[in-house]
Amino acid sequence: MKHRLFSGRAAALFAAFMMLLLAGCSDRPSPINPAAPVAEEQFKLILLSIGIMLIVCTVVFVLFFIVLVRFREKPGEVKIPKQVEGNHKLEITWTVIPILLLLILAVPTVALTFALDENHSDVEGTLNVQVVAHQFWWEFNYHDLGVYTAQELVVPENTRVQFTLDSADVIHSFWVPGIGGKMDTNPGITNHMYLDMPAVQPDPDKNIYVGKCAEYCGEGHALMDFKVKVVTQDEFNAWVDSMRQPVQVSEAAQRGEELFAANCISCHAINGEQPSPSGPNLKGYANRDLVGGFRPNETQWVKEWIRSPKDVKPGATMPAFNLSEEELDALVQYLFELR
Amino acid sequence: MAHSHATHATHANTKKNYTGIMDWITTVDHKKIGILYFGAGLFFFLLAGVEALLLRIQLMFPMNDFVSAQTFNELFTMHGTTMLFLAALPLFYGYMNYIIPLQIGARDVAFPFLNALGLWTFIFGGILLNLSWFLGGAPDGGWTGYPTLSTFNTAHQGMDFYSIGLQIAGIGTLVGAINFLVTIINMRAPGMSFMRLPLFTWATFITSALILFAFTALAIDLIFMTFDRLFSARFFDVAYGGNPILWQHIFWIFGHPEVYILILPAFGIMSEVIPTFSRKRLFGYSSMVFALALIGFLGFMVWAHHMFTVGMGAFANALFAIATMLIAVPTGIKVFNWLLTMWGGSIRFTTASLFAISFVPTFVMGGVTGVMLASAPADYQYHDTYFVVAHFHYVIVGGSVFGIFAALFYWWPKMFGKMLNETLGKWFFWIFSIGFHLTFFVQHFLGLDGMPRRVYTYLPGQGWDLSNLVSSIGAYMMGIGVILLLINVVYTIRKGPDAPADPWDGRTMEWTVSSPSPLYNFKQTPLVRGLDAFWKEKMDGNKGMTPAEPLQPIHMPNGSILPFLMSLGLFIAGFGFIYKDYDFNNALMNGLFNNYIVIYAGLLMLFGSMATRCLIDDPGYYIQPEELKEEEA
Amino acid sequence: MSQTNAHSNTALTGQLERATLEGRNKILGFWLFLGAETVLFGTLFAAYLGLRHQVLDGPTPQELFSLPFVALMTAVLLVSSLTSVLAVQAMHRGNVKVMLRWLIVTVLLGFTFLCLEIYEFNHYVALGHTFSTSAFSSSFYSLVGFHGAHVVIGVVWITLVILQMPRKGLTPVTANKVYVASLYWHYIDVIWVFIFSLVYLLGRVG
Repeated sequence: MKHRLFSGRAAALFAAFMMLLLAGCSDRPSPINPAAPVAEEQFKLILLSIGIMLIVCTVVFVLFFIVLVRFREKPGEVKIPKQVEGNHKLEITWTVIPILLLLILAVPTVALTFALDENHSDVEGTLNVQVVAHQFWWEFNYHDLGVYTAQELVVPENTRVQFTLDSADVIHSFWVPGIGGKMDTNPGITNHMYLDMPAVQPDPDKNIYVGKCAEYCGEGHALMDFKVKVVTQDEFNAWVDSMRQPVQVSEAAQRGEELFAANCISCHAINGEQPSPSGPNLKGYANRDLVGGFRPNETQWVKEWIRSPKDVKPGATMPAFNLSEEELDALVQYLFELR
Repeated sequence: MAHSHATHATHANTKKNYTGIMDWITTVDHKKIGILYFGAGLFFFLLAGVEALLLRIQLMFPMNDFVSAQTFNELFTMHGTTMLFLAALPLFYGYMNYIIPLQIGARDVAFPFLNALGLWTFIFGGILLNLSWFLGGAPDGGWTGYPTLSTFNTAHQGMDFYSIGLQIAGIGTLVGAINFLVTIINMRAPGMSFMRLPLFTWATFITSALILFAFTALAIDLIFMTFDRLFSARFFDVAYGGNPILWQHIFWIFGHPEVYILILPAFGIMSEVIPTFSRKRLFGYSSMVFALALIGFLGFMVWAHHMFTVGMGAFANALFAIATMLIAVPTGIKVFNWLLTMWGGSIRFTTASLFAISFVPTFVMGGVTGVMLASAPADYQYHDTYFVVAHFHYVIVGGSVFGIFAALFYWWPKMFGKMLNETLGKWFFWIFSIGFHLTFFVQHFLGLDGMPRRVYTYLPGQGWDLSNLVSSIGAYMMGIGVILLLINVVYTIRKGPDAPADPWDGRTMEWTVSSPSPLYNFKQTPLVRGLDAFWKEKMDGNKGMTPAEPLQPIHMPNGSILPFLMSLGLFIAGFGFIYKDYDFNNALMNGLFNNYIVIYAGLLMLFGSMATRCLIDDPGYYIQPEELKEEEA
Repeated sequence: MSQTNAHSNTALTGQLERATLEGRNKILGFWLFLGAETVLFGTLFAAYLGLRHQVLDGPTPQELFSLPFVALMTAVLLVSSLTSVLAVQAMHRGNVKVMLRWLIVTVLLGFTFLCLEIYEFNHYVALGHTFSTSAFSSSFYSLVGFHGAHVVIGVVWITLVILQMPRKGLTPVTANKVYVASLYWHYIDVIWVFIFSLVYLLGRVG
């Protein structure tokens, strides 16, 4: 009776988990659906370790169920089993076999650890990008190109990008799950990490990869997302050029420009050739997909954001601006012309 | 020395009598202290459990607004901190206090007074930490309290409560560890050699050694945080040459052994419960002891595997990855030894044994993900995701908490003299363990799918909605299970049948004394003739242990209020430190706190009590053989 | 404990502090406590060694530390360790009077050391080396100050032991107190030797 309970429970659980597993796996890039070389290497290691661990689990579970079925106390029987002290051969066996299994895992672990630690910044064709993490947004500085942006990391396809990672306040962690593992950004200490970018896909949505902050950094941590935009080399060159162009807006955005100069410019640069004073650089803002890193970049959300950033993203350090509806519209018009 | 005998004769017979609540506050009896540890631990366990349930409501749906981001951060910080420091360890300390002296044939622990001091500092530290909920806001830096986030935010006192509350509670833990070590080394009954110690006693011994060397490192780290926050020190302040990574190293030099501090006692419990309910001696006793010691030792060598993404460089990462994988070997030895203990046995399914037996596969599942995490380059993907959350809950719930529940059903009759209801117990087991797997199994996949941990919410459309919902439902099943346990406890206290001395056909010496155990434990110190001392006597046809001494007066320590007062002094001084620069908008309060009067008052209470203890000796009292005979009749 | 009587003949060997099981428990427990203290100080040393170059605008170790002065402090503390040994030896001979004399000398030397340390710290603060100057200064004061706090506790503790001796006489209980207090005092001295070499000597070297 109890035996049936055990196996019935196991089967039901297994079925439930498999369903969930399938439901959970979308075609979105992730550590187990890697889209680029570094993530692929890491995924191979994950698969290897899962394989080895499944062997261990299977052995233990099989033994476990045999024990439960064969050695349960039979009703009405009170027997004193033989008191076995131990068995040296067996004990040596289950000491040695795990060591061998671990060796199989240890060798590629060590090899990949050293490979991923290499610094390629001086290698021809490497793009160097400085990442500066802020509560709760990301600054991306292309010092070699003299271009400075935020929140959207634009990279050419099939390129190795060498990141230098810094923090402006607390510890964050820079992570693009589909492209490769993460690295912390520590205040006062500069870290290095490289990632290889994937090729451009025909479906434009698939060229945008979600990036996240992985180290708990305060109230806005959950929403401290960014985007990686993979483009062709030509598109990338065009983007760099556009970032170097001064901002030009239409007649209609004049009012917004004045408002921006009065309220925003002390924190937000609109010049792609210099780092922003304290908030994200807004040069090229019109081309961004998101406001605040996670809401669609549409009039309604932009106005919401300016009115009260903390209500959109808890912990945001930008103050609330008490502007009239008409002023907000003018400001949004201006922002949407920042190309 | 004749002189010393004279002192005993003149002073030793004055027994101090306390009753009611004063009896519990002044007690130095290891059994009452054990029960108090157990009760306080259970209270904090329920509290942290409720915090977890609130977290799971918030995460049930994407972009839920059940609690604010700040509240969520406080909840998960306090859930972790409370579970690890104030629930799991004190519950184990409760069992250790009650059971260890009985298992080694001792009448008491080595330091009854210090034992009480440890209990009260833990309780007052825990209260101080949790009062933060009512005083402006709980700690919000995560249970790991990484600077500069934890030192940055001085807007509210949350992290001061964390650093000072944990400091006080930690003193209690440290004192308890020294007490257990000396008890096990010096107080064993004749014939109880080290290689005859029950495994739970061995686990306590090694756990205590880990606490001795790990909690001290945490104490210094907490002092650094307190200094940085309250006294403008610059340990973690980058602008003044400080280094926030220093905290992480010291924290994990404590923190990794802490994980073993929580799991080794559970290993010990399993090694008691599984043999008892298989009616078979533990398979490979000496390799089990060796594996415990090795796990404890290696536990100090692997701290940096929590820091693979900090940027330590390939060499350090590779080294710590290999060291971490090594721990799987002694752990594997233990798992197979448990399986082989059951092999050929005659397994009885009680609630205690169900928890112990199902511990084996659940712990293996937690263990293998641990090895996966040890692979540093793969950890760059797992780190700080729900995969890690799933891993450590499999280890800590599937390991430590299953151990706590197995021990609860196993030793409850001994501690409280009543049998818990087995039917309710089995319902509790099934609901709790199914809920546990539902909650945490899916979290592996959430992590592999890229969901970071410690997020107060997540956006819809990422494929995480269903898994989170299932996880929350599982959490509520665990909650329902625990309610069944509480009903069981209340029902038992009121109507439960009285427990016999040896309800489970036990193997070790705690089952030779009545349930609950008498004040003096053993009327005559027993003579131990082998491993599983009681089982050996039973197999030889004896009813109980052979006494190692004639019936003679038993020396007992007197109760004392001083441990309570010393801890209260620390508690008051702790408040003084937290609020030393605080503006209360009230002249009296400002006067008391800002002039450090509260600090001085608390420290005066602490050191005054210590001086009293130093100057006035209390030699205790004797129970005469005539009284023992009366009780027998 | 009832085992007490059975073991009291060990007192005849002259080690009164180990005459009872309680006494032996306390000595073992205290050794374990010193093990824990070693981790405390070890962590403080590690933090200091990690941060000692972070001087920033404050005075450097070379500018601050005066070796002759620190050598004087070291000599005072080391001599006090010797006098505490002499006290325990006198106790083992059963000579309470001599024991008390040496204990009093120990306390006075400890007190002298404290006065020197307070003077030293005052001098540093005057030079602009305060607790909040830099990571170096914070870790310096934490390490050396933590040791200083141990000396304060030791001085008060030994004083309390001295005060109760005339009333209680030499018993297994009081002998144990003298012995354990002197263990503690030695330990503080050993820590100071490390502070002298790793903080002051290393600081002068650079």
